[in-house]
This record gives sequence, structure tokens and C-alpha cells, in this order.
Amino acid sequence: MKLDPKIPSGPLTEKWNHYREHVKLVSPGNKRKYKVLVVGSGLAGASAAASMGELGYQVECFCYQDSPRRAHSIAAQGGINAAKNYHNDGDSAFRLFYDTIKGGDFRSREANVYRLAETSVRIIDQCVAQGVPFAREYGGLLDNRSFGGAQVSRTFYARGQTGQQLLIGAYQALERQIGLGTVKMFARHEMLELIVVDGVAKGIVVRDMVSGKIESHMADAVCLASGGYGNVFYLSTNAKGCNTTANWRAYKKGAAFANPCYTQIHPTCIPVSGDHQSKLTLMSESLRNDGRVWVPKRKEDRLKHPSSISEADRDYFLERKYPSYGNLAPRDISSRSAKEVCDEGRGVGPTGLGVYLDFADSIKRLGKQKIQEKYGNLFEMYERITDENPYEVPMRIYPAVHYTMGGLWVDYELMSTVPGLFVLGEANFSDHGANRLGASALMQGLADGYFVLPYTIGNYLANVKPSDRPSADHVEVKKAEQNVQSRIEKLLSIKGKTSPAHFHRELGKIIWDYCGMARNKEGLEKAISLVQDLKKRFWSDVSVPGSGQSLNQALEHAGRVADFIELGELMCRDALQRSESCGGHFREEWQTPDGEAKRDDQQFCHVAAWEYQGESQEPLRHEEPLHFENVELATRSYK
Amino acid sequence: MKLKLKVWRQPDAQTPGRLVDYLAEAKPDMSFLEMLDVVNEGLIVKGDEPIAFDHDCREGICGSCSMVINGRPHGPRDRTTTCQLHMRSFEDGDTVVIEPWRSSAFPIQKDLVCNRSSFDRIIASGGFISAPTGSAPDANAIPIRKSDADRAFDASACIGCGACVAACPNASAMLFVSAKISHLGKLPQGQPERYTRALSMVEQMDAEGFGSCTNHGECEAACPKGISVENIAQMNRDFLKASVSKRPEVAAGGAG
Amino acid sequence: MLSRFSESSIGQKIIMALTGVLLVFFVLFHMLGNLLLYANDEGQAINAYAKFLHEVAGGYGIWIARGGLLVLVGLHIWSAIRLTQINRRARPIDYKKHAYKESTWAGRGMRISGIIVAIFVVFHLLHFTAGKILPELHTTNVYANVIQGFQVKWVAAFYIISMLALAPHLAHGIWSLLQTLGLSHPNFNTTRKVIAGLLTTMIILANISFPISVQLGLINLPSSPQSQP
Repeated sequence: MKLDPKIPSGPLTEKWNHYREHVKLVSPGNKRKYKVLVVGSGLAGASAAASMGELGYQVECFCYQDSPRRAHSIAAQGGINAAKNYHNDGDSAFRLFYDTIKGGDFRSREANVYRLAETSVRIIDQCVAQGVPFAREYGGLLDNRSFGGAQVSRTFYARGQTGQQLLIGAYQALERQIGLGTVKMFARHEMLELIVVDGVAKGIVVRDMVSGKIESHMADAVCLASGGYGNVFYLSTNAKGCNTTANWRAYKKGAAFANPCYTQIHPTCIPVSGDHQSKLTLMSESLRNDGRVWVPKRKEDRLKHPSSISEADRDYFLERKYPSYGNLAPRDISSRSAKEVCDEGRGVGPTGLGVYLDFADSIKRLGKQKIQEKYGNLFEMYERITDENPYEVPMRIYPAVHYTMGGLWVDYELMSTVPGLFVLGEANFSDHGANRLGASALMQGLADGYFVLPYTIGNYLANVKPSDRPSADHVEVKKAEQNVQSRIEKLLSIKGKTSPAHFHRELGKIIWDYCGMARNKEGLEKAISLVQDLKKRFWSDVSVPGSGQSLNQALEHAGRVADFIELGELMCRDALQRSESCGGHFREEWQTPDGEAKRDDQQFCHVAAWEYQGESQEPLRHEEPLHFENVELATRSYK
Repeated sequence: MKLKLKVWRQPDAQTPGRLVDYLAEAKPDMSFLEMLDVVNEGLIVKGDEPIAFDHDCREGICGSCSMVINGRPHGPRDRTTTCQLHMRSFEDGDTVVIEPWRSSAFPIQKDLVCNRSSFDRIIASGGFISAPTGSAPDANAIPIRKSDADRAFDASACIGCGACVAACPNASAMLFVSAKISHLGKLPQGQPERYTRALSMVEQMDAEGFGSCTNHGECEAACPKGISVENIAQMNRDFLKASVSKRPEVAAGGAG
Repeated sequence: MLSRFSESSIGQKIIMALTGVLLVFFVLFHMLGNLLLYANDEGQAINAYAKFLHEVAGGYGIWIARGGLLVLVGLHIWSAIRLTQINRRARPIDYKKHAYKESTWAGRGMRISGIIVAIFVVFHLLHFTAGKILPELHTTNVYANVIQGFQVKWVAAFYIISMLALAPHLAHGIWSLLQTLGLSHPNFNTTRKVIAGLLTTMIILANISFPISVQLGLINLPSSPQSQP
């Protein structure tokens, strides 16, 4: 397998312009002869499907939810970055590029990140034109706030529901195309196989989740925008339905999986309250604009009421350790610091796994009214879940799995190692390196869907004969359908004694314990064998009642868990091989004396992409070296 | 705490359903859906089919959950989706009746799962601003009064769950439709299509078989996002104005 | 275009609301006219008023008004039937358990109160206009008719009960028609409820007072009923 990133030549700031000006085009009359499939309807999927529909391609879009509007992008709270410099605080595309590269601990491609930064400004324009009600100032112009890892205010937001508003904008654009007939929507359809003919992606096999019917859709190109794999941990801030199945099927058909060990643990989530917990709820990073993170200085104080702990007995550990960024240190660093103080026994709350996020000072400074205006919905959400009033007692928060930087390997054109298979949004690995900065996921999803893929897919399709799609009885199509069918039958026939959710929880615990916020060699090796054992037990003891011919949520879940188990193993392998610490990947063996991540640029300044070798064989690890021509590989410091 | 559940079970769209009794054990810290998860795991281990229900984000924003709990969509707490409802809102020994949304425009697919694609078709009929990708002017080119942006946001906070329809004695979708008409109608970008939008969305809403509004206000009370019935008045105004002032479309043909 | 409007659910509502507005005005003026019963002039004022109504526009006026009212009532009932049909179809299977939060029995009972009011209107017309119920109807002495009519106990009771059914219909109707016609604003919403309440109370109290006053003997027939040419 050859990993050619296809980065255009020329100076960094000119690469994308040059590419766009020289890319091959498909004439308007020919566009309608090409069929493109989009799997997923989140920010990346909906924006891509809508934009390609507008261009004139025949588009089919699939999502597992009952409506494209429910994709989990909707849950993003805080905001979206754009280098508009509306606030005259020195922002620029280069600065956003630099912050993102540095935030990702120098493990992403310069060219991709710069393209993202320069595209960011157009996203805001596009969204405003669609009617996204971003926060505004009294003069009627757009407001901004600050997010982690940046020293400028470049985050556009719509209260604490930015993701919702952006997704509704993209969803409406998508529905408009559906109404016009350029896009056909298939809700409650789950992709279960990729159809590859002569090494080229030519379609997908889906299951109609209501009737259970297995259907094949043939196309000239397939785009996966199916999100990340955070649910491998069972407990995460992802939606319950988020899964890796589409990506994993593609991986097994030859798409390389890059950097699976890069997972982001978000520092501000509501702590786990018991074994019954089904998911974790994020409290937006924007809260760290006004909230101060602390724990008691002494272990003995940890169960005391927070108000009875005096100022002198509190340890505002982020402000202490990272004075220049303070509470807005990047996510990986903030999370690790919280884990550290909890490991020291100073964590608060009944489980000892929590730190305070305190708004008392801000309420004193700005007044309750102002805080309510900024974060009202988040405070309400917190109170509903915990039954505590954050205006009176500090919030308790703890890190939780939130985002996965790893994903299917793609080149500059967002094409995977399988020609004709494009991957966008969180599903690909491309822009965030080893750690994503806050408010950058929305930016990437929309950049890929609105402004990158519509150009790059043309460059691919221009070389494809129009309507050269396999027929429904092509041998590869039949084989793919057969695979899906036999897998479903197998799951239904085991009739074991353990629920899919039970296996999922068990997997989550293994991955969290050994491949979570801190990893080491022994733990990862142990985890690999535990996961392999879990896989055996799963395939002999899972209970999936009901039939395949109707809506069957246990069957859906079982299929997803089976894929998560295999992915879990790959994550551990990747983490084991990457003998350095970088961003969200923290290997205990590689740290500085004061506990910061220690990169090894000599050996690991590369992307690791894994190639599937078959059921019983270990996957093959490939490397794509990263070249830094415009930034210096510095030690990442937020002190 | 122990609860007696009466849950609507219906194998598919065609077969009639009925209420089935279950016993549930719960802790006050659990969410309502986590309580159902426990019931379902018990069923799965026994080889019985679990209760099918829609859910996804479990943080009150995706709009998937769709259960009527003791006669109230999303249950007893105001401005709270089912997934954010916690068992501390119930008492030990309570009987809890759980039913799906009931509306002919939301046909039941299984148990508590219904098909809400009628909402998508209403949006597709005009619930958008036609702004093709790449055509936008600078985001600050048109200032928008803060109060307008705020009110547009209030309306666009709708999560499309359909609780308004479920709660309405007439199964009317006017709160949903009017929220979109208000959201886009409050913004300068939404003005060019404002009146055609009102006409086409209302037409689609009627075609989907939703009931009509008779101003009961149940929709606003059930809405987890607190969308106001004021939006319905706004929609009525826009619709009336559009109906009165609409001219036949002139299709000026000819190649240039 | 117009048919599309009147076929739409909002169009139906607006027809219901507009006819409602006009009917409210009618009921209001009808009540105000009846207040002349209290003029304490042995019926001169009210009879003169009745004469005026019969003779205005060369005697055609009253027929135009009656025709107009019939159209209003017809449209009002037609839209009610159409909306009921739409709404029944929208929820063919009802919930096993109901828990209303915001809606009132007045709102949910509009159909029932509407039917009672419709029956009342028919009775009222038979009673005073056609004279089918009260045999000795004086064609021109409205004053005497009213008093003789309301002296019959069951007739008085029926009028009172009917007015009590009209009360919630008006209260919900007035509030609701303002909403339907788009007159909804946070600054004005409380006022809207107050207006609906006041108007309803005024109309109903006055209307109920007529049979009660007759029954209590507060207004009486003159000792020798004068007949006019």
C-alpha cells in the first residue's frame, strides 16, 4: 500500500488556490450522469450532499436516524472557529493554522490544516446566508468568544447550541435539494458493507432498519461522513447510536485506518454517577471562559462542602500550571491535569473522580444575569442531570471521551486508499493531528462538506466514465450482500445469555483503563489480549432476540459492538506502536519530569495507517511522514 | 425504587398494539431511558424482544425521544426531553403509562418508534433559505438587530421532536411549522422567500394529515425548548398576507 | 387562490375567526339593544328600536342583516365541521391516558358549547321571530313578547342555561380569534385574556338578567297592554 498524500506543490498559502485553479472539472451536462453516495447526514455529510446536489450530481444520502437532522453534530455546544479577525485582535488564517497545528501536537499535515484555516471564513459567510442565528452584538454584527488553545477570540457561537444551529442550516440546505429532487434521502438505513469492484469503490450495501431489507446502491463515488468512534469506550459524549460500522466495513475492504489511538478526552463533562450510566454529558468548553477549575489542596478536604474551603486551601491547578492560558489550556492538557489531581486523591464528589468548575468569581464580577445569558441552557442541563444548582455550588466535572482524531486515512483530496471512496468530517483523520482544539470540529466538518469535497470529487469523477456502475447482479455486489446477510444470521443464531450492551460496557472499560488518558506498554498488551478474549465470548454468547426482517434495535447494537471490539484492538495496537506521547496519546513511559507529554519527532513524526490483512492476521502498519516547512517543531507549551 | 410500567407494544405498523405490564427497578439518579435500558437488558437476556424506542444523543438536543409518559409528551417535567428526565421525578410504587406519539402523520413503526419524516417533507417544501454553497456575501455585510437574531434563535431552538403534535388535542403541527417560519422570517436573509415559504409549508403540513390549531396551548406547554405559540400567530399573519397578495407566477421563458 | 386559502387549515381557522368576530359584535349589539328593556318606559324605547330595525332601508334592511347573519353562522359552522373532520383524522387512535396541562375545558368543549348555542339560536328564532312557541305573539310589541315569553318558567330556565353555554364559547372564542388573526404579542397577551373575560362577562350577565328580571317581577307588563297601529 502506498500512501501518497498528493499535496500540491507551491507555497503553503497558495496550495489550495493553485489546486482549485487547476483541478479537473466535470461539465454541467455531465454532472447529472454521475451518482454519488453520502453516508451520514451530520455537518460534513449534509453539507456535502447539499453542495453536490446543487452542483447537479445525483446524490443519495443515508443516515441511521429517523431524520437527517438528528445527526450528532447537533449536540456540539460551544462554537465554530473562523479567522475573521472581526475583533481586531490579530487573528489571521496563518494564526488559526498555527494554533491548530500546535494544538494537534505537530501530528497533522500542514497543507490540510492551512486549507482548513483559510476556508474557515467562508463557512461563517455561508451559514449566515442560510439563516444561522449566530450571537450578535447590539450593533448587529457578529459576536465572538474564546476557546481553548487560542489567544484570540475567534469562536462564533449561537448560545450553547452552535452545532444544532449549524446542522439545521446544513439540514435545510439538504432538504431543499431533496425537495428539488437532486438528493434522495434514505433515513433509518444503515451502511453494512462497501462494494468494491476492481479495487474501486462503487457502492454500498445498506439495511433498511424498519423492514430489515438488504439493499445495494451502486454509484460512481462513495463518501463516508459517518462520524467518529468514541463509543468504543461505551461511555462517551457521543450519541448512543454513533458507531464505527461504516468506517470499519471500509477498512476491511482496503481503506487504511490512520492514527486510531488519537482520541480526545474532553475535560469538562458531568461525572459518572453509577453503573447504570448510559452516556456522558458534556459541559461546553466555553464554560472555562468564566469558570475556574480547582480542587482542595489537601486530600482531607475533598468531601467538605466547597464553600467551607477557604481560598488559601484551594488549588486552581490549571492557573497554577499554565499561567498564560490558565483555565483555557487545551483539552488534552486540562484533562490530564484533572486526572492527575484525582489520582493524588484530591478529587471531589462521592466517587473522588471530579474537580470543581466554579463560577462564583464570575457571578460576582459580571452578575448572575450575564452568566445566565451566556450559559443559561448549560446550567439548566447540569441541574437537570445532577439536581444541583450551579449558580450556588460549583459544578463538578471530570474528563470524558469526546472526539476521535483518528479515522480513515485520506489524501489532500479527502480520498481514502480505496479509489472512489472519500471520507470527510470526524470519520477521516486529517486535520487535527493528535489533539483537536475546541470549536474546530464544526469548522472541519463544514469545510470538508461545503468547500473541499465539491472540488476534489470533480477531479476524481472527471477520470471516471459516466454511469460506469456495476449492475445489481455483479458478482462483487452479490458477495457484499451475502456477507451482510450471513453476518446478521450469525448474530441472530448465537442465542447466548449476554446482552450486546453488556459486551459493550466490558469493552469500554478495557479501553478506558488501558487506552484512555494514560497508556503504557504492559497495559496495552494486556488490553489486546482482553479484547481478543472478549471477541471470542461475544461471538459465542451474545443474545440477539427477534428477527432480521423487522426493526430490531438489539440486532443493530450487536452489529455495532462487534465492529467496536475489533476497532478496540486496533487502537491498542496503534497506541502500543507509537512509543512517544503526543496530544491525546499519553504514554506514561514518555513524559517530562513535570509530567508533560514528550514527543519523539525523530521516530514518530508520521501518520500511522493500518492496512487490514484478513480475519486471522495482524494488520500492517504503514507510515506517511509529516513534513513541516512553515512551522518549527517546537515543544508544545501553554505555560 | 420500584415502578409498574404499562408500555405500548406493537410489533409493526400493521399489527394493532396494546399496553403490556412490566416491573422496573430504578435509582433516582437514573434517567428515564436508563431505567428502560435496564428493563430491556432483562428482556434480552431472557431472549425476549426489547421495547423499541427512539433515542440518540441523550442530552436533549437531537429530538429523537418520542414517548408520552402518563399522558404527557416527554413526561412530567417542563422543558425537559425524555432523555433528560430523571427518575427522581417519580415516586416509589408509581404506575407509569408509556405510549408513542399518536398522530396519523407519525405512523407507528414499532412499539414506541414512529415515523416523523412528515416533518422533513415540510422542511423540504420551503423551510430553508435558498443560499447555494459559495454564493454568500461576507457574514457581517448585513447587520442584524440583536433582538431579531435572538428571537430567530428562540424559534430555531426547535429540535423537531414532535412533542407539540403529540400534545395537541388535534395533533396539529402548527407550532413546529410556525417556529421555522418565524426563525427564517425574522432574519433579513429570509425575507425574499418569506411569503412563498408560508404558503408552501402550510400546504405541505395540511397534505401530511396533521390537525388544525384550535388554540389550546398544549404544544407550548409540552415543548421541551419552550417555543412560544406566538409563532403560530406570526405564521397566521404571514399566511394571510401571502394568500391575499400572491400573484400568479409568470414563467418568462426563452433562451438568451 | 381563494379556494386554496379556504381549503387550508389556517384558512379555515381564519374564516372561523373572522365570522367569530362579526358574531361577537352581533351578540354585543343584540345585548345592548335589549338593555332598552330597562328603560322603565313601559317598552316605548325598545319597541321604537324594533320598529326602526324593521323599517330601515325600506324594510329590506332587516332581511339583509338576517341574510348576512345566516351566512356568518353558516360559515362559522361549516369551518367548525371541516376543522373537526381534519382533527379527527389527524389522531385516529387516542391515548390511553390523558393529562392536559394548558388547555381548558372551555377550549376542548367548543364543539359541545357550539352545538348548544346552535340549538338555542333555533329555539330563540322560533320563539320570538317566528312565534311558533309563544302563541299569542304581538307582531310589534317586542316589550310584551319578551315579558310574556320569560314569564314561562322553563323558557326562562332554557335561556339561562343556553347563556351559560355561550359563556365559555365566547371566552375561549374571543381570546382564540385574536390569536388566529395574528394578534399575539407578549406585551398584549394578558390584556387579550382580560378583554375576552370582560366582554364575555358583560354580554352573559346582561343577557341572563333579562329572564331573571322578568321572573323576579322587576320588569312588568303595563296594566293594560297598549296596542299600536
